[in-house]
Amino acid sequence: MKRNFRIMQGLTSAPDDLAMITKHRILELLDYVKDPEIPVINVLELGVVRSVEVEESGKAIITITPTYTGCPAMDVMAADIKKELLEAGVPEVEVKLTLSPAWTTDWITDEGKRKLKEYGIAPPEKSADIRALKGVQPVVQCPQCGSKNTVMLSLFGSTACKALWKCQDCLEPFDQFKCL
Amino acid sequence: MIVPNTMEQSALFTYTLRLADDLLILSQRLGEWCGHGPILEEDIALTNRALDHLGEARNLLTYAGQVEGKGRSEDDLAYLRMERQFTNVKLMEQPNGDYAHTMVRSFLFDAYHLPLMQALQKSTDEQLAAIAGKAVKEATYHLRASSEWIIRFGDGTEESHQRAQAALDNLWTYTGELFESDAVLEEMTKAGVAPEIAAIKANWSKTVDQVLAEATLKRPADGFMMTGGRKGLHSEHMGFILAEMQHVTRAYPGVAW
Repeated sequence: MKRNFRIMQGLTSAPDDLAMITKHRILELLDYVKDPEIPVINVLELGVVRSVEVEESGKAIITITPTYTGCPAMDVMAADIKKELLEAGVPEVEVKLTLSPAWTTDWITDEGKRKLKEYGIAPPEKSADIRALKGVQPVVQCPQCGSKNTVMLSLFGSTACKALWKCQDCLEPFDQFKCL
Repeated sequence: MIVPNTMEQSALFTYTLRLADDLLILSQRLGEWCGHGPILEEDIALTNRALDHLGEARNLLTYAGQVEGKGRSEDDLAYLRMERQFTNVKLMEQPNGDYAHTMVRSFLFDAYHLPLMQALQKSTDEQLAAIAGKAVKEATYHLRASSEWIIRFGDGTEESHQRAQAALDNLWTYTGELFESDAVLEEMTKAGVAPEIAAIKANWSKTVDQVLAEATLKRPADGFMMTGGRKGLHSEHMGFILAEMQHVTRAYPGVAW
């Protein structure tokens, strides 16, 4: 319902009222663009949106950065961003890709981390503490029961960004967002 | 991307292509494991690894196409070149063999790839530095994973030790090519685009020694080293890899989906 209302709003405001398309408005809209592989968090919470510019013509330029070099979700995200903004009445949208500075899991917002956990994915630890990359096992809390008695099953998981863990107490396997 | 002259442009194209081809062909090989992994977790791990390599290869191929300036896309370079135009080292095209062969091949590459990417972050070429900055994190993870397997195999059962040592003995002759130098590399190193290959080799050698020691495996002696890949001269396996990789594009020219 909320979504339909928003699209209607977008349609009535565009294209003659371009002043409506502000950076603030774009950010509001980006809130609705989810990660296609982890549909509980949006592109802002994931930290992949690096900049938002709105030109006088109303054209929006969104710069995004890939989480993983080969992440197949990036093309989908770029397409979803375009679709979302165009449907809301933004006259023209360009999605640019930048590699530098390289994305880090530290850019996932606290809200994003909370949602990951709720969804059953253990959020990444802070990479400022790069033990994870150096091979020292971090303590990962089971997102299901909260136990810290967990063990890594595999360094790689169901998507490029995740590793596979198991809880020794509730015995449930779970995904952990790899720390980068 | 500022390219001062055609000589350097041509060297930069070749250098970027070499970086890309190593990753592309290894990725293709690792992809062959999809659905055949010894356990589900490893099946997933290998294809994840393949995906990381492919992603980096795509960035590099796209950039190589831009440097060349003839309008070739990443797809044109991956799907429409002939065997002799591929510049990967022969190590990458070696068959998967058993799991020890696959992991030793990846370990020998990862131990080279990580220091290369670390150094390439300081490249005078901004795009290569950006690609390396992204790749270095994934390369760290790959080296960690393959090192753990080498140690587990070597210091595991008698059977796993034997197989890991056999893989190492078989593949060692392909490692020399990683550190070969020629006019292209010299020019790129002089321009500050490529790092000193001797420093990469020293780093590689140290990692290999450390991991092999922990794995109780014996480092093979340096003897005859394979060569030719960088010049487009490949082993008999290469044609079959390309036949599979390029089949759809060749069979249906211009197809899109």
